[in-house]
Amino acid sequence: MDFGLTDIQKMVRDTARKFATDQVAPLAAQMDKEAKFEMDLVRQMGELGFMGVAYPEEYGGAGMDYQCYAIIVEELSAACASTGVVVSAHSSLCCDPIYKFGTEDQKKKYLPPLLSGEMLGCLGLTEPGAGSDAANQKTTAVLDGDEWVLNGSKIFITNGGPAGVSVVIAVTEKGAGSRGLSAFIVPTDSPGFRVGKEEHKLGIRASSTAELLFEDCRIPKANLLGKEGDGFKIALTTLDGGRIGIAAQALGIAQGALNAAVAYSKERMQFGKPLAAFQAIQWKLAECATDIDAARLLTYRAAWMKDAGMRFGTQSAMAKLFAAETCMKATREAIQVFGGYGYVDEYPVERFYRDAKITEIYEGTSEVQKIVISRSLTSD
Amino acid sequence: MKILVPVRRVPNPDIKVRLKSDGSGVDTEGVNFLVNPFDEYAIEEAVQIVEKGGGEVVLVSIGTADCEETLRAGLALGALRGWLVETDEVLDSAAIADVLAAVFKEESPDLVITGKQSVDTDNNQAAQMLAAKLDLPQACFAFKVELGDGKATVEREIDGGLDVKEISLPAIITADLRLNQPRYAALPQIMKAKRKEVKKVSLGDLGVEAKSATKILGLAQPPARAAGQIVGSVEELVDKLVNDAKVL
Repeated sequence: MDFGLTDIQKMVRDTARKFATDQVAPLAAQMDKEAKFEMDLVRQMGELGFMGVAYPEEYGGAGMDYQCYAIIVEELSAACASTGVVVSAHSSLCCDPIYKFGTEDQKKKYLPPLLSGEMLGCLGLTEPGAGSDAANQKTTAVLDGDEWVLNGSKIFITNGGPAGVSVVIAVTEKGAGSRGLSAFIVPTDSPGFRVGKEEHKLGIRASSTAELLFEDCRIPKANLLGKEGDGFKIALTTLDGGRIGIAAQALGIAQGALNAAVAYSKERMQFGKPLAAFQAIQWKLAECATDIDAARLLTYRAAWMKDAGMRFGTQSAMAKLFAAETCMKATREAIQVFGGYGYVDEYPVERFYRDAKITEIYEGTSEVQKIVISRSLTSD
Repeated sequence: MKILVPVRRVPNPDIKVRLKSDGSGVDTEGVNFLVNPFDEYAIEEAVQIVEKGGGEVVLVSIGTADCEETLRAGLALGALRGWLVETDEVLDSAAIADVLAAVFKEESPDLVITGKQSVDTDNNQAAQMLAAKLDLPQACFAFKVELGDGKATVEREIDGGLDVKEISLPAIITADLRLNQPRYAALPQIMKAKRKEVKKVSLGDLGVEAKSATKILGLAQPPARAAGQIVGSVEELVDKLVNDAKVL
């Protein structure tokens, strides 16, 4: 058993940490305040290969493993959780299903612009009536000659605003439940597609969370992803991988909060001593560091299993569940270490705290993760 | 143009240095090692020169087998290949210059660019000694390098101002912080770096003895700084400087 990173993974961590510290961190507070993502970061990350980490070089990817991808999301999130989720939703939720389920033609057409960062990707799954109950879809797709015609709407779609390509789940056979769903590749310049309202959020404010509207939206027949009726399977498989990305995001936010708390505890003097000299503070830091390390091991293991071609759905659910809980605790305790200074926007910990909550909600709430995990225990 | 860039493996300069309990060296347990930051500027400059005018950038690192990691990190920044001169001995600046001179003779580069100093021992000597041993011109602390026909014009930062040197090639140049903005290692470059050639040789293979003339007897932490004092007035400050510190 080897708990160390490979030479390549170490180099990836170093380069991602450097980029996050030099280029992302200085923008994070302002992007959060203005709820606006600096799109030049996507261009820069595209040049560095961050938008296509775990895909083969023949499609324009970096040809690395999913562990490298998790490390990059983690390091970006330690500086800015919005940047972390922009990369994670793009990769896990859009590039992944196209790479895994796409035909050679689809991969050749859609992956290069996505993996280079020229285009952002998103996944249109959630609907007003289909959240955790993801099979309860209302958006429909009907074949009309050489085109699929989509009608309906999606909400809470990460990267929905700027995305150039969306993987969309829609009903192709009414009354067939989860077996009546199919997946489609929808370029966002398709006729009949438009972006609806952008949400105003508690955290990850710089990332776009938007409504997608389909009004007789026409896409080529060839844009069906997988087979008709595969939609639900594609969605669930995609979320299994996506949870590694969100676990990595939660891990990064938690680490960022802990780093800030440790640094502050050594500087801030009270009663003539630095905060770090008080046991009450030491214990908080020690507990958070331990939880973060456990979350990291779970996350890296899930990524390692995915790389090894093993079934990893239960392990990615565990990683996301635990990393999200750890993220909540670490950001809450970081503010406690800062005291009043942690509650105001002079320091980044209030942002980390607001950013943390979503990790317990998206790509399956913590409750849904527990359903996934318990099913693996009790189903025969 | 062929450019040789010596690179050094150094502990992350942002960490707090701990000493081994017997004071024989720095405790490197759990420490992340990096390419010496000044050497990254040297690599960037060399890579930019080659990108513009063609040629190749060759790295050389001297030290334990772990230095291969440092070389790979440098190769991911755009160098073509590297030399790893393996030794477990801790060499001083003069011995390092001996080794570099031997590699120089193997490669016959048009130019050597390296960081102005390595951030572990901060000696700022090896490049100058290399120039002396090879009897080549040197221009240290460069913030701008322009290449001409068989020569280089180097603008350098010196105490109290700037200095411009024109030197004939081959020559030794050391890089200062304002020379350029080193790039980040892009992921495809990291993948390529894994496959690039690193030639591993021993001191014996190069035919150098590399005897260090200096020996580190021991290291100790600097004494803890005494607490400062806050004075109430200029008069009190002057009084303390005159009577307590006796510096005026």
